[in-house]
Amino acid sequence: MSRENAGEAEIVLRLAGITKRFGPLVANDNVSLTLRRGEIVGLLGENGAGKTTLMNILFGHYVADEGSIEVDGTPLPAGSPGAALAAGIGMVHQHFTLADNLTVLDNIILGTEPLLRLSSRRNAAKARVRELAEAFGLAVDPDATVSALSVGERQRVEILKALYREARVLILDEPTAVLTPQESTSLFETLKKFADRGLSIIFISHKLGEVLAACHRVAVLRGGKLVAERPVAGATRADLAELMVGRTIAPPKAEPQPAGPAILELSGIAARRGAQKLESLSLALHGGEVLGIAGVSGNGQSLLADLISGLVTPATGTMTLKGKVLASPSPRQMVAQGVARIPEDRHAEGLVGDMSVSENVVSEAYLTPAFSHHGFIDWKKAREFALKIIKDYDVKCPGPEARVRLLSGGNMQKLILGRVMANDPVIVLANQPTRGLDVGAVTYVHEQLLAARKRGAAVLLISEDLDELLSLSDKVAVIYRGQLSPVIRRADVTIADLGLRMAGQGFEHGGESHAA
Amino acid sequence: MDAVEILFTASLWAAAIRIASPLIFATLGELICERAGVLNLGIEGIMTVGAFSGWLTVYMGGSLWLGILAAAVAGSAFGLLHALLVVPLGLSQHVTGIGITLLASSLSYYVYRLVFPEVTSPPKIEPFQPWNVPVLSDIPVIGEALFRQTPLTYLAFAAVLLVSWFLYRTPMGLAVRTVGENPSAVEAQGIDVTWVRIAAVMAGSALMGIGGSFLTLSAFNSFFFDMVNGRGWICIALVVFGSWRPGKALLGALLFGLFDAYQLRLQQLAGGYVPYQVFLMLPFVLSIIALIVMSRRAAYPRALMVPYRKGER
Amino acid sequence: MVGNPMRLEPREQRSLAVILGYPLVALAVAAAFCAILVMFSGANPLSVFGLMVKGALGTQFAFLETLTRATPLIFTGLAAAVAFRAKLWNIGGEAQLYAGAVMTVVFGTGLLPLPWPVLIPVLMVAAMLGGAIMLSIPTFLKTRFGVDEVVTTLLINFIAILFVSMLLEGVLKDPMGLGWPQSKKVIADAQLGKLVQGKRLHFGFVIALLAALAIWVIDRRSALGYEMRAVGHNPKAAAFAGIPVNRVLAKTALLSGGLAGLAGYSEVAGLKGNLTLDLSPGFGYTGIVVAMLAMLHPLGVVAAAIFVAAVFVGADAMSRTAGVPSYIAHVMVAASLLCMVTAVMLTRYRLRWR
Repeated sequence: MSRENAGEAEIVLRLAGITKRFGPLVANDNVSLTLRRGEIVGLLGENGAGKTTLMNILFGHYVADEGSIEVDGTPLPAGSPGAALAAGIGMVHQHFTLADNLTVLDNIILGTEPLLRLSSRRNAAKARVRELAEAFGLAVDPDATVSALSVGERQRVEILKALYREARVLILDEPTAVLTPQESTSLFETLKKFADRGLSIIFISHKLGEVLAACHRVAVLRGGKLVAERPVAGATRADLAELMVGRTIAPPKAEPQPAGPAILELSGIAARRGAQKLESLSLALHGGEVLGIAGVSGNGQSLLADLISGLVTPATGTMTLKGKVLASPSPRQMVAQGVARIPEDRHAEGLVGDMSVSENVVSEAYLTPAFSHHGFIDWKKAREFALKIIKDYDVKCPGPEARVRLLSGGNMQKLILGRVMANDPVIVLANQPTRGLDVGAVTYVHEQLLAARKRGAAVLLISEDLDELLSLSDKVAVIYRGQLSPVIRRADVTIADLGLRMAGQGFEHGGESHAA
Repeated sequence: MDAVEILFTASLWAAAIRIASPLIFATLGELICERAGVLNLGIEGIMTVGAFSGWLTVYMGGSLWLGILAAAVAGSAFGLLHALLVVPLGLSQHVTGIGITLLASSLSYYVYRLVFPEVTSPPKIEPFQPWNVPVLSDIPVIGEALFRQTPLTYLAFAAVLLVSWFLYRTPMGLAVRTVGENPSAVEAQGIDVTWVRIAAVMAGSALMGIGGSFLTLSAFNSFFFDMVNGRGWICIALVVFGSWRPGKALLGALLFGLFDAYQLRLQQLAGGYVPYQVFLMLPFVLSIIALIVMSRRAAYPRALMVPYRKGER
Repeated sequence: MVGNPMRLEPREQRSLAVILGYPLVALAVAAAFCAILVMFSGANPLSVFGLMVKGALGTQFAFLETLTRATPLIFTGLAAAVAFRAKLWNIGGEAQLYAGAVMTVVFGTGLLPLPWPVLIPVLMVAAMLGGAIMLSIPTFLKTRFGVDEVVTTLLINFIAILFVSMLLEGVLKDPMGLGWPQSKKVIADAQLGKLVQGKRLHFGFVIALLAALAIWVIDRRSALGYEMRAVGHNPKAAAFAGIPVNRVLAKTALLSGGLAGLAGYSEVAGLKGNLTLDLSPGFGYTGIVVAMLAMLHPLGVVAAAIFVAAVFVGADAMSRTAGVPSYIAHVMVAASLLCMVTAVMLTRYRLRWR
């Protein structure tokens, strides 16, 4: 079925007037959407626009406050993933829902058999998985343990899970976030094949280019409302961008400036933790410069970040900070030396959710004379510091006593920024600094990073978002299986080249794709 | 007889299997709970409740098998309470488990005192008698050790096979294993995490109850205070020792039983030289050593002790 | 399959009525449960509860007896509260208490012939050390090998009591004890004075109150208290911020074990005079209940310990007259624990049905 006649195919899915509130926040405001057979609809919107909420309602994770859902003209019972699956809806979550210690087959057949059956029919299931994998070009070994698979392979398992259940509507939530550009392109082709076979697909993304490349039709969500719905043919990036954001936002602009001296130098670093490793890694961070690290997740980024955070001591190699060799770095030492560390996971590493704003802002400095004497903490000073951060960084919260858990992601990130930027750091380590933030907060974080660069700090930006990386960085390097590519000037980078490197081309053991 | 000769006596091996039997049931029970992601520290109290309710049922005129059933039902009732508190409410599994142990054992003692206010020596029942398996029990040594046990012991071995089959061969077992690894994977396949966990904890607690009833219905013939005496805590160590696998847990329980039976005999042999307390300490010391040795390669269920809240990641 | 109809939603604001009201409701539910159990004995629950209150608080003698019973519970309750704050699951209060008691009789029965102003602090430090070492072993196994401390502290309880039994039948046995497994009496300079002439309440109670105050200050004001809370709430974030998690856990173990060790000292030097195998009727385990009832607040521990002690003392008195088994006290304490942790959860989260 082609794009042209998809408009006349029968409607398989109809969302009517969906409204969902979380306390005072309206996540979905009277959203209506239809999906036809063989159609790929892009659901476009910034983080926080309500895309994931809408799909979680469709899939039964949440119950809508108002509105209804019909599949093939039959109402879908609310709040039951089981009913959604039975109606032929399959969902590929952004964070994969796979059990790592189980096999691919286990993950696929889970929940597909009557629970009280006395014996699983595993052989028949395995044959069918092989058949499906063959038919749809999703090669994966059913007996492999999930933990041994690459990110790309795991995504195929997620898709196979849906196909195994004979899904007719497939929802993919930000499927390209973990893929290289080339892998993304091949995913789009696979999706087109699915559509030609009559599957209907909802493709959730906040990336314009992808939606234009992969979809027949696009629906734009902004602030929980459906603000536009139109065919992709004839739509341009510019007007979609404006629809999505609601106002024109100037992309962050880094004024050219000369690079300063090297502040931090890593040379010949090797380190290992669990499955993650770094191998003979060398790099230099210069003042007044942003170095971007690109790579598919799980290739050593977090180990590199932890190394510079002082959490990991390298097995071999040296770290030189401001001309001094660090023997056994610790977080406290790195902070004292002026390293601002923005962690990958705000909730898990950045903040203690059940402690107050005051308690969180002093977590790196509570032992310094500014906040404590003889082992006792001056909570009045901590509170003043918290108030200053709340004011200077525009953190929306009830006050310094508020538990951090109740803050939004953007405000949490501002709090972390306030904490780490307070003492004019010479190095800023930003690991996935905008993940999961809404557009306003993203802009704010970008501005802060560029301001630090302007002040002469060296910024190391680790990000899976290539757009972000390319718009902020002066230089870019790719990390692949613990090795770092040569550093390339931003002006010399092409997306295609970057994608190939992310897939392992040009690396020592490279050549084969990470997701092969 | 010297310390080595003891190892070749059938009575040692028979005792080892006898001692292991209640541990096998309770370890399997804890294993199912933990495989579903729920630590059940109520085990010590649930075994006490099983021991008491099984015994009381038989004392009141019920058959021995009815006693087993009563123990299983009582065990799963406390399992349900534990599960309700830690699964949907997400309370601390440590604190709640200790609370369940305190509640279950104190309730047993309260009801015991209510029924028998005055007794000084514990009332007795007629327990399970050894049942000699035809032919097999005549094999020298092995027959005496393995095939002249009470029916409950045979049931314990059967339970290992059943639990293994359940976990690795049935759809429900797959759901239990997955819910202990990554609950959102279960949710995404349309199965409710809460129900799976509650069911698993109830089933596991029923096995713990049966394990407790072995003490009153097979090993001894009466109920007395503190009779579980740390066996529940040892079973928790055995689950770790067995790497959360039924077969290895059986092996662990048998090793433990063998060791316990052996130390009892050594105690008689060396009673004059070494204080008896040293021998009594050994099972607990051994459990700790087992935990240390196994800790490095422990493939514990990833979601163990992590409460699951729908829609949260 | 039917979906789970219940879910929890964090409360943005907690009203005072909820914070104070829910725990009271929890205790009422526990009492109601016990009332039903009492009815099975044929007694009238109201008169049974009346007898319990009278037996625990009704007379000066009863009240002092309750405070005497509360003294070790304050120590073990503080021990549990301190450890649980840092999510160090110390279930080994029993072993640490006995370790403290052993240290007391080792050094306090004549080995150190010192005057009381010196001897008492020395014995207290020794008892704290004993308890601290007892908890340091499982804490080391946790931080070094990742062995769950719940199981090891529980197992060590059994080892410790057998060890004490061995000592009492061996090196520590009182030659004048007519063969009973008991230690010699501590010397007069090692003993804690009585607070009220001719009654059992002793100076250990005052020490317990001071300990609660000290822990409160440490918790609120000190860097260590802050570190312990941070490690307890989120060890990963604490480590990221530069808090040495393992070292904090080690310090927590010293403090928590030391407090439980003090319970052993106070019972021997203040009340019993010597060490026997029935020194503690489960004070270590009951301390966990005390800590949870107090919601881990150091000053709350004092109140909770007095409450729990009153339940036990009252039940003993009641059971002599009303004929209801005194095990009702254990049931009531356990039920209170479970109801209280549920209530505390519900002050933080709202239960929603859909």
